[in-house]
Amino acid sequence: MRTITVVGASLAGLYAARELRARGYDGRLVIIGDEPHPPYDRPPLSKDFLSGKAGEDQLALCDDEETDELAVEWLLGVRARGLDARGRSVLLEDGRTVVSDGVVIATGASARRLPGPSLAGVHTLRTLDDARALRTELAAGPQRVVVIGGGFIGAETASSCVALGHDVTVVEAAPLPLLPQLGPDMAAVCAALHARGGAELVTGTGVAALYGDASVRGVELADGRLLPADVVVVGIGAAPNTAWLAGSTLALDDGVLCDDGCVTGLAQVVAVGDVARVGAVRAEHWTSATEQPRVAVGNLLAGRTAETVRPLPYFWSDQYGSRIQFAGRRRHDDTVRILEGSTEEGSFLAAYEREGHTTAVLAVNRPRPFTRMRRGLPAAVPAAA
Amino acid sequence: MIPVCRLEDLPAGESVRVETTPPVAVFNADGEIFAIDDTCSHQDASLSEGWLEGCLVECPLHAASFDLRTGLPTCLPARRAVRTHRVSVDDGTIHVHLVAEEGSAA
Ligand SMILES: Cc1cc2nc3c(=O)[nH]c(=O)nc-3n(C[C@H](O)[C@H](O)[C@H](O)COP(=O)(O)OP(=O)(O)OC[C@H]3O[C@@H](n4cnc5c(N)ncnc54)[C@H](O)[C@@H]3O)c2cc1C
Ligand code: FES
Repeated sequence: MRTITVVGASLAGLYAARELRARGYDGRLVIIGDEPHPPYDRPPLSKDFLSGKAGEDQLALCDDEETDELAVEWLLGVRARGLDARGRSVLLEDGRTVVSDGVVIATGASARRLPGPSLAGVHTLRTLDDARALRTELAAGPQRVVVIGGGFIGAETASSCVALGHDVTVVEAAPLPLLPQLGPDMAAVCAALHARGGAELVTGTGVAALYGDASVRGVELADGRLLPADVVVVGIGAAPNTAWLAGSTLALDDGVLCDDGCVTGLAQVVAVGDVARVGAVRAEHWTSATEQPRVAVGNLLAGRTAETVRPLPYFWSDQYGSRIQFAGRRRHDDTVRILEGSTEEGSFLAAYEREGHTTAVLAVNRPRPFTRMRRGLPAAVPAAA
Repeated sequence: MIPVCRLEDLPAGESVRVETTPPVAVFNADGEIFAIDDTCSHQDASLSEGWLEGCLVECPLHAASFDLRTGLPTCLPARRAVRTHRVSVDDGTIHVHLVAEEGSAA
């Protein structure tokens, strides 16, 4: 292969570029990214970056030395708008075309937004520019912040806002936040972190509308309640960035469909990270975005699916001074057992079990036993095609 | 020179965190004692809570691995070394000699 193009200049795209060079690919390597910034790390955006504990310099994913070594042709601040039917040329929004022998799709996901007109003071948190804007607004002094959505990013944002001295309310439409991820018992434990940390949690009611003129003044809930707000953060999940692939021949369904080796319907096109649905699963986890490129790049260079991913989902979250870690594949009717510590003391290790086997582990402030348990969990055996 | 604990209280495979500023992690790697800065050079995690295998410790947050002998990372996401500190065992007590104390700040 003489030219390989990576679309998406973030975590998964950078790991793919590293892997290509590590495997000895010495041809032309182009990385296209629509953000103007070189690759940066997103998890701190809702945590230490938002609370001011970490600066922008700590977000960079690659330093000057590595940038030189990778010898990449960076096309930043330009969006890819299409991939031709054979997957041989990437079309750019500015009219240019990058002809390629191999393509790595790493376009990630974008924050979902609420319908309706945009009001000042309403934010999402996915990009560095989002985080900068929110940080600037929060620096103006104590404010009433309403976070819509109690998922991990919403909870972390709420926690950072409390740490900055704001008055924070989290609104969650479901009876409890994180129910699908953690199940009712552990979701209740994590929900209690809000009250303990100093934020109010409103559950079981959706948002009817945001109100205000040019700037937001509050949130109207589906049950009629009005929550006054100076700042609203919408944390209602992310959607995979596949719109640019609409005219291609790739199969798209909540992500780019790939086999267990991250290979799409075209052998010279692979997909990695938040945008990729690998063997029927689309993860939005940092660790998946860093692990998949190894397999994807191996297969891209081999021209066929020679390796498959054996994922063991893992994610972490930091909120209100608690570190939550989760690994494995929980099913909705698994039972939960606390193995160490207690939920009251805010430090515990819990196992999800089914038929005598541990399917997943959850820890709050127990990193060491968590790692031990995580290492004992079986990785997924690829489903027979 | 900072006393850490009795040698017998740190069996092989175990680690302990010393609350200095910055904190230090002390390991018993199959009988050999090592000390490094406790905070991972990647982000905010305590290496004394990491997974010890031979002379390597794996960070509990994103699995960067560090060589206890040199402090150098052996894989991503860490790209910078952590400092190593000299260790001595006097009369059965482990002591850490912080590098800064010995006049070699790096
Ligand atoms: C605030 C926040 C906190 C998080 N915290 C955690 C955490 O604690 N733990 C955890 O496991 N995960 C966390 N995550 C998730 C983690 O950051 C993602 O899984 C990871 O960033 C995925 O990497 P990616 O490269 O696949 O996609 P992304 O990081 O989304 O990058 C995709 C890139 O492609 C660009 N792009 C999109 N379309 C195009 C196009 N057409 N042309 C060119 N470029 C394009 C995008 O602008 C973006 O720069 C967090 C995410 C956020 C936003
Ligand atoms: S904090 Fe240690 S690897 Fe990220």
